[in-house]
Amino acid sequence: MVRAIFGSATVGPGVEIEGGAATAKAPMSDEPDPSPQDDFDARLQAAQAKRSKRNRKSDWYTRGSGLALAFRIGVELVAALIVGVGIGVLLDRWLGTAPWMLLLFFVLGGAAGILNVYRAMAGYGYGAGYREPKHQGDRTDRDRRPD
Amino acid sequence: MAETAGHGGGHSPLAQFEIHHIVPIKIGGYDVSFTNSSLMMVIAVALATAFLLLGMRRGALVPGRWQSAAEVTYEFVADLFRETVGQEGRRFFPFVFTLFLFILFGNMLGLLPYSFTFTSHIIVTFALAAVVFVGVTIVGFAKHGLHFFSFFVPPGAPILMWPLLIPIEVISYLSRPISLSVRLFANLLAGHTLLKVIAGFVAVLGVAGVLPLAVVIALTGLEMLIAFLQAYVFAILTCLYLNDALHLH
Repeated sequence: MVRAIFGSATVGPGVEIEGGAATAKAPMSDEPDPSPQDDFDARLQAAQAKRSKRNRKSDWYTRGSGLALAFRIGVELVAALIVGVGIGVLLDRWLGTAPWMLLLFFVLGGAAGILNVYRAMAGYGYGAGYREPKHQGDRTDRDRRPD
Repeated sequence: MAETAGHGGGHSPLAQFEIHHIVPIKIGGYDVSFTNSSLMMVIAVALATAFLLLGMRRGALVPGRWQSAAEVTYEFVADLFRETVGQEGRRFFPFVFTLFLFILFGNMLGLLPYSFTFTSHIIVTFALAAVVFVGVTIVGFAKHGLHFFSFFVPPGAPILMWPLLIPIEVISYLSRPISLSVRLFANLLAGHTLLKVIAGFVAVLGVAGVLPLAVVIALTGLEMLIAFLQAYVFAILTCLYLNDALHLH
């Protein structure tokens, strides 16, 4: 009963995340499957389905971390916008260029927000700021080349 | 009871975030009173210290329950640190571990009834994030000098694009403490408010109050997960920022 109530209470925010997790998980569990023993796979899948149905804890965990992920992305987007608008307002007050700096830095802040989200999602690290893919050895060589 | 719930008392879902003075102190016109928030911070520090010191008191080869818990906590953060920062930043590990424990204990203590969650106040989380941000920037400057500014130039970008890209990179860098603090504060604020709002239905609905009660129980479990997850996210982000400052691209 508890479970049913909780499920219905959180279906709104939970649905999309669960859907995403399911599609992401599907190829993972399919990959080891193409083996000759169909019988074993069938039994394994049945057992896994039963276990996942019984074991709500993993479901809880994915739901919690999925929500955390979704929340993180939203915050990254807005934080950069706040900084951009803040810089714009301060520059306007300092230089006396009424709306122009605000307009400029509003756009730049939005761009920085998109950049933050892209970096967070592309695996360049958890947060804002530039990060290269991890090849520390050749990293410096590659960076020197364009100069 | 429902009538009086609206104004005053401890029944407003936001009453739990109110700051109360315990020992009023004023220094030079500034209010530096010892509040319930300060009290919870002191308790969090004391409990974290006791957890580790008493847990490791014996240092047995075959650890008991308490010692295991202390060791698991240490190893969890140590692994996290080793994976993200590596050996170079070893000096900064105590800081990250302290930060993690402080936030974790603050979040967890806040789940106890009648307690106060100091991490649900933006000024507290922003102070923590600002310490991390300023510290990481100083580390970057100390290690790389003025070369640190190359951080704001994406490698391989044509010089023509620099006037556009550098402001964006600077804004992106400056948004770090804000996203770091807002994430922690908003998660806890929203979670605790939601708990109180739904708990408010329990008494009002009478017999049917069993339903919101069940939801509150489920949400408390979710809140414990979030309490841990947010401390973890704060620690891992600190590690990643440190890594950025130590190894510029």
